[in-house]
Amino acid sequence: MLIVLGRRLANVIPTLLAVVALVFLLFSVLPGSFISGMNEDGRSAMDPAVMERMRKEMGLDDPLLERFAKYVVNIAVGDLGTSFRTREPVTKMLSGRIWPSLKLVMAAMTFAILVGVTLGFLAALKPGGLLDTAAMVGAISGLSLSQFWFGLMLMYLFALKLQWLPSFGYGDGGLRNLILPAIALGVGPMALLARTTRAAVLDVLNADFVRTARSKGMSERRVVEWHVLRNALVLVITIVGLQFGSLMGQAVVVEKLFAWPGVGSLMVDSVFQRDMPTVQGCILMIVLFFLAINTLVDIAYVVIDPRIRYR
Amino acid sequence: MTTPLLRVDNLRIALASDGITYNAVENVSFEIGRGEAFGLVGESGCGKSITALAVMGLLRRPLSLGGGRIVLDGQEIQDAPAAEMRRLRGKRIAMIFQEPMTALNPLSPVGKQIAEMFVLHQGANWNEAMDRAEEALRQVRVPSPERRIRDYPHQLSGGMRQRVMIAIALACGPDLLVADEPTTALDVTVQAEIIDLIAELCAAKGTAVLMISHDLGLVANMCKRVAVMYAGRIVESQVADAIFATPSHPYTQGLIDSLPRLGERARRGRQRLTEIAGVVPSIQAYPAGCRFNPRCPAVTDICRTNVPEATSLPADGLVRCHHHG
Repeated sequence: MLIVLGRRLANVIPTLLAVVALVFLLFSVLPGSFISGMNEDGRSAMDPAVMERMRKEMGLDDPLLERFAKYVVNIAVGDLGTSFRTREPVTKMLSGRIWPSLKLVMAAMTFAILVGVTLGFLAALKPGGLLDTAAMVGAISGLSLSQFWFGLMLMYLFALKLQWLPSFGYGDGGLRNLILPAIALGVGPMALLARTTRAAVLDVLNADFVRTARSKGMSERRVVEWHVLRNALVLVITIVGLQFGSLMGQAVVVEKLFAWPGVGSLMVDSVFQRDMPTVQGCILMIVLFFLAINTLVDIAYVVIDPRIRYR
Repeated sequence: MTTPLLRVDNLRIALASDGITYNAVENVSFEIGRGEAFGLVGESGCGKSITALAVMGLLRRPLSLGGGRIVLDGQEIQDAPAAEMRRLRGKRIAMIFQEPMTALNPLSPVGKQIAEMFVLHQGANWNEAMDRAEEALRQVRVPSPERRIRDYPHQLSGGMRQRVMIAIALACGPDLLVADEPTTALDVTVQAEIIDLIAELCAAKGTAVLMISHDLGLVANMCKRVAVMYAGRIVESQVADAIFATPSHPYTQGLIDSLPRLGERARRGRQRLTEIAGVVPSIQAYPAGCRFNPRCPAVTDICRTNVPEATSLPADGLVRCHHHG
């Protein structure tokens, strides 16, 4: 187990370096900068001398490589730089945003797993049945929905018409504010999980060892409990991992829509203002989250499937 | 004569495909006495494996029992309710499958997969069942069973896995063991060991065996009586020795001629093995009359129109051929 963890962590560092380099370079070729952005709204024609001083202060005139090296070294000691906009350390800005984002992603994934896996599982036990048909129609609709539209519909129905839940905002951080954005974010993975689980269970139900189990005189229920579940889980967990990891990135839209104070909405705001250090910090967080989930999935494989051994 | 342990009477297995129902197996009848080894031989796709599944009550869509009777120890089981069949399966009739690689659950230790039998049929608790699983592994001569019970299937060789399958099948001392090509997927050297093991354990416990194989030689060695199937029908059934001495159906004759014989080359020089011309017809295209007629060297007009009736042979044997006798 420790070896798995160690190996995974060793893989994380080069991945992170690549991501940092890519993001840094992409932003350095983007036209416009924080300072010209401040100027371009036209109302505050800025004194060129002031602009010059600010550029110097922010280190924007230094050679690219030098800035990059400085940035990487700073990251290594846990310093993500200072936001151009608020003049606060990026780490401090992020720290308040991570927990709401995590909460949203976890809630969305819990919803997706509970509903999706259960639906897919029940559908597979009676393929072609009413529940199967209904669940698969639902799953295809869920996959084709746009989060943006679906979120608006949720707001319209549950907040505006029924007035059951608040339409946006973080509130006191309780469950009431979490429900709608979590469903809006979780409906895609839920639909995908329903389909994957159904396919996985059907696949396992046709396996030779299930026939062996039946030949032992086992009830269908025991066959499923003792032999089908774990085997189907191996297939499902891959999808759970992939979806979970990318959910933080997908959360950008939903966070913005529901005015959720997470990493995603911070990133969108910062992009519009060319607040490079903050954007880079946000992307770094999302990537870190993805890698962390991947590592967890790899560990889950080892726990569930004895055939998998990392050497 | 006492009642046989298993009597299969006029068995028909239906295959539903695109709204049309075909008879994958028809008119199949045989009897197996207590402790007797009975062989069912035929090429791939002739219906021998699904006959075995029918006996186990394990036919699944698109296959289903189309008719006939399956009588176990005087009790008709072809229409038995599912719960009743579950009590029989594993306890009184058990089965070994062809593919030891996939027939065991990859995520479960083999000991546990054996122990399940004791938990299911004898109400044992898991601890006690695991002890008995270890004993069962010892009986099928798996070395150091105390360690092997914790192994997963992928850690064992094909032969060892098939031994585990045998341990599972024989765990509850069934009256009948159905062995569906138990050695086909194994190395030749391991094949003989597995066959000997099955023969020995079943003889010791008085378990009858329904041995299914495409290998006439292997079946004839182990079984007292042999039935040969072709395209869903039994074409000949005889005592094992007699089937080599006096094969009565042209298909059986062809099978025997196609076997390599030890010493033949030294005596008659290097020769091609005789083969049966043509291929087994697919189920959708079974010919009218005798189904072997397109490949039969002795075919005449009547073979193409009329299904041959069974003709009796000595010692409870039978043959279905217009040209016999």
